[in-house]
Amino acid sequence: MTRRRIPVSALIGLLFTGGFVFIALFAPWLAPHPNSVVVGDVWAPASAQHWLGTDNIGRDLLSRMIHGTRVTLTIAGLATALSFGVGSVLGFVAAVVGGWLDQLLSRGVDLLMAIPTLIFALVVLSVLPTTITVLVLVVGTLDATRVFRLSRALAADINVMDYVEAARLRGEKTPWIVFSEILPNALTPLVSELGLRFIFAVLFLSALSFIGLGVQPPDADWGNMVKENKEGIVFGIPAALIPAGAIAVLTISVNLMADWVLNRTTDLKGGRGA
Amino acid sequence: MSAAPTMVLEIRNLRIEVTVRPPGEKPRDILIVDDVSLTLQKGRVLGLIGESGAGKSTVGLSALGYGRGGVRITGGEVWLNGRDILQGGAKGLRALRGREVSYVAQSAAAAFNPSHRLMKQVVETALHHGVSNRQQAEQRAIALFRKLGLPDPKNFGQRFPHQVSGGQLQRAMTAMALCAQPDLIVFDEPTTALDVTTQIDVLAAIKDAIRDTGVAALYITHDLAVVAQVSDDIMVLRHGKMVELGETAQIIHAPRQEYTRALVSVRSIAHDEQPPTKQPLLSIRNVTARYAGRDVKVLDAVTCDLCTGQTLAIVGESGSGKSTLARVITGLLAPSQGDIVFNGKTLPARLAGRDKEDLRGLQMVYQMADVAMNPRHTVGKIIGRPLEFYFGLRGDEKKRRVQQLLDEIEMGSGYIDRYPAELSGGQKQRVCIARALAAKPRLIICDEVTSALDPLVADGILKLLLNLQKIEGVAYLYITHDLTTVRAIADSIAVMYQGRIVRYGPKSQVLTAPFDDYTDLLLSSVPEMELGWLESTISRRRMESAGH
Repeated sequence: MTRRRIPVSALIGLLFTGGFVFIALFAPWLAPHPNSVVVGDVWAPASAQHWLGTDNIGRDLLSRMIHGTRVTLTIAGLATALSFGVGSVLGFVAAVVGGWLDQLLSRGVDLLMAIPTLIFALVVLSVLPTTITVLVLVVGTLDATRVFRLSRALAADINVMDYVEAARLRGEKTPWIVFSEILPNALTPLVSELGLRFIFAVLFLSALSFIGLGVQPPDADWGNMVKENKEGIVFGIPAALIPAGAIAVLTISVNLMADWVLNRTTDLKGGRGA
Repeated sequence: MSAAPTMVLEIRNLRIEVTVRPPGEKPRDILIVDDVSLTLQKGRVLGLIGESGAGKSTVGLSALGYGRGGVRITGGEVWLNGRDILQGGAKGLRALRGREVSYVAQSAAAAFNPSHRLMKQVVETALHHGVSNRQQAEQRAIALFRKLGLPDPKNFGQRFPHQVSGGQLQRAMTAMALCAQPDLIVFDEPTTALDVTTQIDVLAAIKDAIRDTGVAALYITHDLAVVAQVSDDIMVLRHGKMVELGETAQIIHAPRQEYTRALVSVRSIAHDEQPPTKQPLLSIRNVTARYAGRDVKVLDAVTCDLCTGQTLAIVGESGSGKSTLARVITGLLAPSQGDIVFNGKTLPARLAGRDKEDLRGLQMVYQMADVAMNPRHTVGKIIGRPLEFYFGLRGDEKKRRVQQLLDEIEMGSGYIDRYPAELSGGQKQRVCIARALAAKPRLIICDEVTSALDPLVADGILKLLLNLQKIEGVAYLYITHDLTTVRAIADSIAVMYQGRIVRYGPKSQVLTAPFDDYTDLLLSSVPEMELGWLESTISRRRMESAGH
């Protein structure tokens, strides 16, 4: 079987996303300076020694960007994994089992979704300590509500197919129906949603860090780097724009990949499309 | 009127292609109609017949200069009323569609706009083409409603599509096609979606309307018995090529080609009725069922028995409760009253209450094999799962048994790694049967298992089922609306109407007079492959109703 060529837009997406992941994995070896050591003047311009210049207290901006990539991608990645693990399984179970369990889960999710996510996070994070674990849990739980909605809708569609009825008549238990009958058929839309949810996690984390409730100094992450350097913009210092730009580039490149995955839906073997 | 017959439609060497994009391969062009030629004179009806994918609808739509879903007419000529319509361009086609040639689709329910009254839609074409003014068009529509035997023709047009029955809607669509007084009508399976009892009325109405208006017609169907009633000539198509063209009598009585002979002689299966045994395998006792939240009894005190190794056919039109009965037996719907006794044991009403052994003994095969198999599982996994689930077979042992089952359904072991999407319709249904057999059941419920298949393929499936019954001694509860199938395979028959069993007994007894009214209506409505059957049946009914 010959593979269809990967479109240029997806290649660009793959290249940039791959680059970010590479940087995150090898951050300590790639960064020329330590993360939180003052090495130069405040807001020094780009030079041979500091490729991107320095930040508001004189730390190397490139090094902080590299370390920040690691922190941002780790938290967003774990939060997305958590939201998909919890959201999709609960969504499938709600659709398959139905009845009071479905009501309980669905109304619970409605309750969570009724509260604006940022406000919800504000309340939780002002009580709990802001550690990476808590951040992952908060972002992951809030995202899980969206994944739950999607998975439940997908599973409700698949659940009425004759092959699921056939499995039920055979006497199969809920885990088999969820993981063997429903999951493989819901996978493609879920995978494309995965990309989008990951980006929302990055944006949400950045927003939290920007208002000071996310990653705490001196650790670097893209959101709090924008926050630390935002005053510089008034004086024409572009330091805040670099992490902001990184957020934008990651968002676009992951979306390009998600689009490609979605378009490939129909060519998967045994796929549902024509 | 000239003495020479007027040629309405002439298709010369038609060639139609479509571009397919198979997964992982380069797009390529496929020839779906290859060198088909036909002529049609005023007042004549030509039947186009063939299996699905034979290209009959594609040929029919070419008479409107239309290609469905990316289909391209790449060769040949379509002459309508003395000019080649393929040369007329979009504007030319717009001017003649609806005016000179019109189309009656299979599903009238999907073809009518649900938010407009029928009259508005019926006269629309005539007004659009300026054939007549609104008053004349409505007069003509009312006359057509009367001719087509619709109730209260004066006010019929004031109803909305959902307020009339499927058969009436199909006749309204015929009225719509005739309203602008076209020279040619293309009927695309107009009665396929209807029950047999409704089909006969619609067929008679269409035939009368064609005769009275003198219009020419192309009649597309896969049912040879139906086409024998309405058409003057028949063209048999297969794989986009013409197999045979001839007068109806010749095609029915003296087919020249091997393929046509196969089509005509289809349903040649014979099965001798077995006498009932003492101890029934399945006893349905006084079962009444309702759907949640509604008071209507979908099943009303249904009682019948099925003996080991025999076939009980449940017959009835749509909405008679046949499939609901299957849901009750399988435990998907708990009855509000009555018991299901299987193998000497009263089954728990709900699926959740039944143990593995109850479930194993009672398997099901569905109408749509497409959605009855998980598209992401291979044939090996689909057939292998019951083996693993009920008998704990693993590894090589399981694989051997799967291969054995594939042999039993006359498919080689080469299919073991295929996905359902890579199988043909008949093969899919065979795999579903193998999945049911894998559980070594005592009873298989077959819910309309052949009604989505072409006649020759369906024949193969029925032969397979009978064969397996002999080898495995399995009993079938065979749900269908098709009486020809019932005659071929059943040992006993239950006729259902509005949730009740109106007639039940051994096949020979149920199918012999004296009949009750409903069974008589049902039996006499099944088209027979005999010229003049439609007229004789209709006139016999008229005489009977006049005599009452």
